[in-house]
Amino acid sequence: MSNEKGMSLIVKTVTRLTFGLIIIYGIYIVLRGHISPGGGFAGGVIITLSFILLMLAFGKDNVLKKLNQSRCLTFSSLGALIFLFIATAGFINKQKAVGGKEHFAIFGAGLIPLCDIAVSVMVGTGLFLMFFALVLLVEEKEGK
Amino acid sequence: MELHLILLFMICASVAAVESKDLISGVITLSAAGLGLSLAFLILKAPNLAITQLVVEILYVIILIRAIINKDLVLIKDGRWLFNTISTFLFIGSFLIFAFFALKELPNFGQPIMKVAGEYLKSGLGQTGSANIVTAITLNFRSLDTLVETAILFTAIIGVLAIIRKVGKIYDPEKGKR
Repeated sequence: MSNEKGMSLIVKTVTRLTFGLIIIYGIYIVLRGHISPGGGFAGGVIITLSFILLMLAFGKDNVLKKLNQSRCLTFSSLGALIFLFIATAGFINKQKAVGGKEHFAIFGAGLIPLCDIAVSVMVGTGLFLMFFALVLLVEEKEGK
Repeated sequence: MELHLILLFMICASVAAVESKDLISGVITLSAAGLGLSLAFLILKAPNLAITQLVVEILYVIILIRAIINKDLVLIKDGRWLFNTISTFLFIGSFLIFAFFALKELPNFGQPIMKVAGEYLKSGLGQTGSANIVTAITLNFRSLDTLVETAILFTAIIGVLAIIRKVGKIYDPEKGKR
Protein backbone atom coordinates (compact mmCIF):
# COMPACT_ATOMS: atom_id res chain seq x y z
CA MET A 1 0.00 0.00 0.00
CA SER A 2 1.83 3.07 -1.21
CA ASN A 3 1.72 6.19 0.93
CA GLU A 4 1.67 8.75 -1.87
CA LYS A 5 -1.83 8.03 -3.13
CA GLY A 6 -4.99 9.07 -1.36
CA MET A 7 -5.40 11.44 1.56
CA SER A 8 -3.25 12.19 4.61
CA LEU A 9 -2.15 9.79 7.35
CA ILE A 10 -4.90 10.84 9.76
CA VAL A 11 -7.66 10.06 7.27
CA LYS A 12 -6.07 6.71 6.41
CA THR A 13 -5.82 5.65 10.06
CA VAL A 14 -9.39 6.65 10.86
CA THR A 15 -10.63 4.86 7.73
CA ARG A 16 -8.74 1.71 8.67
CA LEU A 17 -10.36 1.77 12.12
CA THR A 18 -13.91 2.49 11.03
CA PHE A 19 -14.14 0.47 7.80
CA GLY A 20 -15.04 -2.84 9.47
CA LEU A 21 -17.46 -1.17 11.86
CA ILE A 22 -19.36 0.46 9.00
CA ILE A 23 -19.66 -2.86 7.15
CA ILE A 24 -20.89 -4.61 10.31
CA TYR A 25 -23.45 -1.85 10.84
CA GLY A 26 -24.67 -2.26 7.26
CA ILE A 27 -25.09 -6.01 7.70
CA TYR A 28 -26.94 -5.38 10.96
CA ILE A 29 -29.32 -2.97 9.22
CA VAL A 30 -29.94 -5.51 6.46
CA LEU A 31 -30.55 -8.50 8.72
CA ARG A 32 -32.82 -6.66 11.18
CA GLY A 33 -34.85 -4.92 8.47
CA HIS A 34 -38.06 -6.62 9.59
CA ILE A 35 -37.63 -5.83 13.28
CA SER A 36 -36.18 -2.33 13.46
CA PRO A 37 -36.23 0.50 10.91
CA GLY A 38 -33.97 -0.03 7.93
CA GLY A 39 -34.02 -2.72 5.34
CA GLY A 40 -32.28 -3.93 2.25
CA PHE A 41 -31.97 -0.62 0.44
CA ALA A 42 -30.50 1.35 3.35
CA GLY A 43 -28.14 -1.44 4.39
CA GLY A 44 -26.84 -1.95 0.88
CA VAL A 45 -26.16 1.77 0.53
CA ILE A 46 -24.26 1.78 3.86
CA ILE A 47 -22.03 -1.11 2.71
CA THR A 48 -21.39 0.66 -0.59
CA LEU A 49 -20.53 3.89 1.23
CA SER A 50 -17.87 2.07 3.23
CA PHE A 51 -16.20 0.96 0.01
CA ILE A 52 -16.45 4.49 -1.41
CA LEU A 53 -14.83 5.81 1.80
CA LEU A 54 -12.02 3.31 1.33
CA MET A 55 -11.61 4.46 -2.26
CA LEU A 56 -11.50 8.13 -1.26
CA ALA A 57 -8.94 7.54 1.45
CA PHE A 58 -6.57 5.09 -0.21
CA GLY A 59 -6.94 5.89 -3.91
CA LYS A 60 -8.95 3.90 -6.38
CA ASP A 61 -6.42 1.25 -7.31
CA ASN A 62 -6.55 -0.62 -4.01
CA VAL A 63 -10.31 -1.04 -4.14
CA LEU A 64 -10.55 -1.77 -7.86
CA LYS A 65 -8.12 -4.67 -7.44
CA LYS A 66 -10.71 -6.50 -5.36
CA LEU A 67 -13.98 -5.11 -6.69
CA ASN A 68 -13.70 -4.32 -10.36
CA GLN A 69 -16.47 -3.54 -12.80
CA SER A 70 -17.25 -7.00 -14.13
CA ARG A 71 -17.36 -8.52 -10.65
CA CYS A 72 -19.74 -5.76 -9.51
CA LEU A 73 -21.96 -6.40 -12.51
CA THR A 74 -22.02 -10.12 -11.72
CA PHE A 75 -23.04 -9.48 -8.10
CA SER A 76 -25.70 -6.99 -9.13
CA SER A 77 -27.24 -9.37 -11.66
CA LEU A 78 -27.08 -12.19 -9.09
CA GLY A 79 -28.96 -10.08 -6.53
CA ALA A 80 -31.66 -9.14 -9.03
CA LEU A 81 -32.07 -12.77 -10.12
CA ILE A 82 -32.28 -14.02 -6.52
CA PHE A 83 -34.95 -11.43 -5.73
CA LEU A 84 -36.91 -12.41 -8.84
CA PHE A 85 -36.67 -16.08 -7.86
CA ILE A 86 -37.83 -15.41 -4.28
CA ALA A 87 -40.73 -13.28 -5.46
CA THR A 88 -41.83 -15.96 -7.93
CA ALA A 89 -41.50 -18.68 -5.29
CA GLY A 90 -43.63 -16.69 -2.83
CA PHE A 91 -46.18 -16.10 -5.56
CA ILE A 92 -46.48 -19.84 -6.28
CA ASN A 93 -46.37 -21.20 -2.72
CA LYS A 94 -48.27 -18.72 -0.58
CA GLN A 95 -48.11 -20.70 2.66
CA LYS A 96 -44.31 -20.60 2.89
CA ALA A 97 -44.19 -16.84 2.42
CA VAL A 98 -46.11 -16.26 5.65
CA GLY A 99 -43.95 -15.93 8.75
CA GLY A 100 -43.81 -18.27 11.73
CA LYS A 101 -45.00 -17.66 15.25
CA GLU A 102 -41.65 -16.44 16.56
CA HIS A 103 -42.02 -12.73 15.97
CA PHE A 104 -38.76 -11.03 16.91
CA ALA A 105 -36.25 -13.58 15.63
CA ILE A 106 -33.99 -12.83 12.67
CA PHE A 107 -35.39 -15.63 10.51
CA GLY A 108 -38.90 -15.46 11.88
CA ALA A 109 -40.63 -13.57 9.12
CA GLY A 110 -40.86 -15.97 6.21
CA LEU A 111 -39.25 -14.72 3.02
CA ILE A 112 -38.73 -11.10 4.13
CA PRO A 113 -35.09 -11.43 5.36
CA LEU A 114 -34.09 -13.28 2.21
CA CYS A 115 -35.68 -10.55 0.09
CA ASP A 116 -33.80 -7.96 2.16
CA ILE A 117 -30.46 -9.67 1.54
CA ALA A 118 -31.09 -9.94 -2.20
CA VAL A 119 -32.16 -6.28 -2.44
CA SER A 120 -29.10 -5.18 -0.45
CA VAL A 121 -26.69 -7.08 -2.74
CA MET A 122 -28.37 -5.70 -5.85
CA VAL A 123 -28.68 -2.10 -4.66
CA GLY A 124 -25.23 -1.97 -3.06
CA THR A 125 -23.24 -3.23 -6.02
CA GLY A 126 -25.51 -1.36 -8.41
CA LEU A 127 -24.91 1.99 -6.73
CA PHE A 128 -21.19 1.25 -6.60
CA LEU A 129 -21.36 0.65 -10.35
CA MET A 130 -23.21 3.95 -10.76
CA PHE A 131 -20.48 5.76 -8.79
CA PHE A 132 -17.91 3.94 -10.89
CA ALA A 133 -19.52 4.96 -14.16
CA LEU A 134 -20.34 8.55 -13.26
CA VAL A 135 -17.11 9.51 -11.45
CA LEU A 136 -14.21 7.32 -12.48
CA LEU A 137 -14.94 6.83 -16.18
CA VAL A 138 -15.72 10.54 -16.66
CA GLU A 139 -12.44 11.44 -14.92
CA GLU A 140 -10.56 9.07 -17.21
CA LYS A 141 -12.16 10.62 -20.28
CA GLU A 142 -11.29 14.14 -19.14
CA GLY A 143 -7.75 13.12 -18.35
CA LYS A 144 -7.07 11.94 -21.88
CA MET B 1 -66.14 0.97 -24.27
CA GLU B 2 -63.89 3.94 -23.42
CA LEU B 3 -60.98 1.56 -23.15
CA HIS B 4 -61.55 0.29 -26.69
CA LEU B 5 -61.80 3.85 -28.02
CA ILE B 6 -58.53 4.76 -26.31
CA LEU B 7 -56.81 1.64 -27.63
CA LEU B 8 -57.97 2.49 -31.16
CA PHE B 9 -56.67 6.03 -30.70
CA MET B 10 -53.31 4.70 -29.51
CA ILE B 11 -53.02 2.39 -32.52
CA CYS B 12 -53.81 5.26 -34.90
CA ALA B 13 -51.28 7.52 -33.15
CA SER B 14 -48.56 4.87 -33.28
CA VAL B 15 -49.10 4.26 -36.98
CA ALA B 16 -49.02 8.01 -37.61
CA ALA B 17 -45.81 8.30 -35.58
CA VAL B 18 -44.14 5.62 -37.65
CA GLU B 19 -45.38 6.94 -40.99
CA SER B 20 -44.76 10.67 -40.48
CA LYS B 21 -41.99 12.23 -42.55
CA ASP B 22 -41.03 14.92 -40.06
CA LEU B 23 -39.19 13.89 -36.88
CA ILE B 24 -40.84 16.42 -34.59
CA SER B 25 -44.37 15.54 -35.70
CA GLY B 26 -43.45 11.90 -35.09
CA VAL B 27 -42.41 12.74 -31.52
CA ILE B 28 -45.63 14.67 -30.91
CA THR B 29 -47.85 11.85 -32.21
CA LEU B 30 -45.87 9.39 -30.10
CA SER B 31 -46.54 11.55 -27.02
CA ALA B 32 -50.25 11.42 -27.93
CA ALA B 33 -50.03 7.61 -27.86
CA GLY B 34 -48.37 7.77 -24.42
CA LEU B 35 -51.09 10.09 -23.15
CA GLY B 36 -53.66 7.53 -24.30
CA LEU B 37 -51.78 4.85 -22.35
CA SER B 38 -51.93 7.04 -19.24
CA LEU B 39 -55.70 7.47 -19.70
CA ALA B 40 -56.06 3.71 -20.16
CA PHE B 41 -54.30 3.12 -16.83
CA LEU B 42 -56.68 5.63 -15.26
CA ILE B 43 -59.72 3.77 -16.62
CA LEU B 44 -58.33 0.42 -15.43
CA LYS B 45 -58.21 1.95 -11.90
CA ALA B 46 -54.47 2.22 -11.47
CA PRO B 47 -53.97 5.93 -10.67
CA ASN B 48 -50.47 5.45 -9.27
CA LEU B 49 -49.27 3.96 -12.53
CA ALA B 50 -51.11 6.61 -14.54
CA ILE B 51 -49.25 9.40 -12.73
CA THR B 52 -45.91 7.67 -13.28
CA GLN B 53 -46.70 7.15 -16.96
CA LEU B 54 -47.65 10.80 -17.37
CA VAL B 55 -44.45 12.07 -15.73
CA VAL B 56 -42.20 9.72 -17.70
CA GLU B 57 -44.09 10.76 -20.83
CA ILE B 58 -43.36 14.44 -20.24
CA LEU B 59 -39.71 13.71 -19.48
CA TYR B 60 -39.05 11.73 -22.61
CA VAL B 61 -40.89 14.15 -24.85
CA ILE B 62 -38.63 16.91 -23.50
CA ILE B 63 -35.53 14.77 -24.03
CA LEU B 64 -36.54 13.75 -27.55
CA ILE B 65 -37.41 17.27 -28.65
CA ARG B 66 -34.19 18.60 -27.13
CA ALA B 67 -32.29 15.92 -29.02
CA ILE B 68 -34.04 16.62 -32.31
CA ILE B 69 -33.80 20.40 -32.34
CA ASN B 70 -30.12 21.20 -32.50
CA LYS B 71 -30.63 24.82 -33.31
CA ASP B 72 -31.56 27.35 -30.68
CA LEU B 73 -35.26 27.96 -30.26
CA VAL B 74 -36.46 31.26 -31.67
CA LEU B 75 -38.37 33.19 -29.03
CA ILE B 76 -41.02 35.62 -30.18
CA LYS B 77 -41.01 38.46 -27.69
CA ASP B 78 -42.80 41.39 -29.23
CA GLY B 79 -46.46 41.94 -30.03
CA ARG B 80 -48.31 39.25 -28.05
CA TRP B 81 -47.65 40.32 -24.45
CA LEU B 82 -51.26 41.41 -23.78
CA PHE B 83 -52.68 38.09 -24.98
CA ASN B 84 -50.03 36.14 -23.07
CA THR B 85 -50.65 37.99 -19.81
CA ILE B 86 -54.43 37.66 -20.04
CA SER B 87 -54.30 33.95 -20.84
CA THR B 88 -51.84 33.31 -18.00
CA PHE B 89 -54.08 35.05 -15.47
CA LEU B 90 -57.12 33.20 -16.84
CA PHE B 91 -55.41 29.82 -16.41
CA ILE B 92 -54.21 30.66 -12.89
CA GLY B 93 -57.67 31.89 -11.91
CA SER B 94 -59.48 28.81 -13.26
CA PHE B 95 -56.93 26.55 -11.57
CA LEU B 96 -57.47 28.28 -8.23
CA ILE B 97 -61.28 28.01 -8.55
CA PHE B 98 -61.18 24.31 -9.38
CA ALA B 99 -58.62 23.68 -6.62
CA PHE B 100 -60.90 25.41 -4.12
CA PHE B 101 -63.76 23.03 -4.91
CA ALA B 102 -61.50 19.96 -5.10
CA LEU B 103 -59.68 20.60 -1.84
CA LYS B 104 -62.99 20.81 0.05
CA GLU B 105 -63.56 17.11 -0.59
CA LEU B 106 -60.27 16.00 0.97
CA PRO B 107 -60.30 14.67 4.55
CA ASN B 108 -59.26 17.03 7.33
CA PHE B 109 -55.67 17.31 8.39
CA GLY B 110 -54.79 14.73 11.03
CA GLN B 111 -57.84 12.57 10.33
CA PRO B 112 -56.89 10.32 7.39
CA ILE B 113 -59.13 7.66 5.89
CA MET B 114 -57.86 4.43 7.41
CA LYS B 115 -59.63 1.98 5.11
CA VAL B 116 -56.61 0.06 3.80
CA ALA B 117 -53.98 1.22 6.26
CA GLY B 118 -56.07 0.13 9.23
CA GLU B 119 -56.32 -3.37 7.83
CA TYR B 120 -52.55 -3.51 7.38
CA LEU B 121 -51.93 -2.21 10.90
CA LYS B 122 -54.34 -4.75 12.36
CA SER B 123 -53.16 -7.88 10.59
CA GLY B 124 -49.60 -6.99 9.56
CA LEU B 125 -47.72 -8.67 12.41
CA GLY B 126 -49.87 -11.77 12.43
CA GLN B 127 -49.81 -12.39 8.70
CA THR B 128 -46.20 -11.62 7.91
CA GLY B 129 -44.35 -12.02 11.21
CA SER B 130 -42.53 -8.74 10.65
CA ALA B 131 -42.55 -6.24 13.49
CA ASN B 132 -41.53 -3.37 11.22
CA ILE B 133 -44.77 -2.54 9.43
CA VAL B 134 -43.04 -0.65 6.59
CA THR B 135 -41.00 -3.72 5.66
CA ALA B 136 -44.11 -5.85 5.98
CA ILE B 137 -45.87 -3.67 3.41
CA THR B 138 -42.97 -3.17 0.98
CA LEU B 139 -41.72 -6.76 0.97
CA ASN B 140 -44.87 -8.77 1.59
CA PHE B 141 -48.12 -6.96 0.79
CA ARG B 142 -46.61 -4.89 -2.01
CA SER B 143 -43.74 -7.17 -2.95
CA LEU B 144 -44.31 -7.07 -6.69
CA ASP B 145 -44.05 -3.27 -6.54
CA THR B 146 -40.61 -3.57 -4.92
CA LEU B 147 -39.62 -6.17 -7.51
CA VAL B 148 -40.41 -3.84 -10.39
CA GLU B 149 -38.66 -0.93 -8.62
CA THR B 150 -35.53 -3.04 -8.33
CA ALA B 151 -35.84 -3.93 -12.01
CA ILE B 152 -36.06 -0.21 -12.87
CA LEU B 153 -32.90 0.55 -10.87
CA PHE B 154 -31.09 -2.37 -12.51
CA THR B 155 -32.13 -1.22 -15.99
CA ALA B 156 -30.95 2.32 -15.22
CA ILE B 157 -27.53 1.05 -14.15
CA ILE B 158 -27.21 -1.13 -17.26
CA GLY B 159 -28.17 1.87 -19.42
CA VAL B 160 -25.62 4.17 -17.76
CA LEU B 161 -22.89 1.57 -18.17
CA ALA B 162 -23.84 1.06 -21.80
CA ILE B 163 -23.66 4.79 -22.55
CA ILE B 164 -20.47 5.60 -20.60
CA ARG B 165 -18.09 2.84 -21.61
CA LYS B 166 -14.58 2.82 -22.89
CA VAL B 167 -14.68 0.27 -25.67
CA GLY B 168 -17.40 0.37 -28.28
CA LYS B 169 -18.15 0.24 -31.95
CA ILE B 170 -17.60 3.53 -33.74
CA TYR B 171 -19.37 3.88 -37.03
CA ASP B 172 -17.10 5.08 -39.79
CA PRO B 173 -18.85 5.67 -43.13
CA GLU B 174 -15.72 5.21 -45.21
CA LYS B 175 -14.42 1.98 -43.76
CA GLY B 176 -17.73 0.57 -42.58
CA LYS B 177 -18.10 -0.73 -39.03
CA ARG B 178 -15.00 -1.32 -36.97
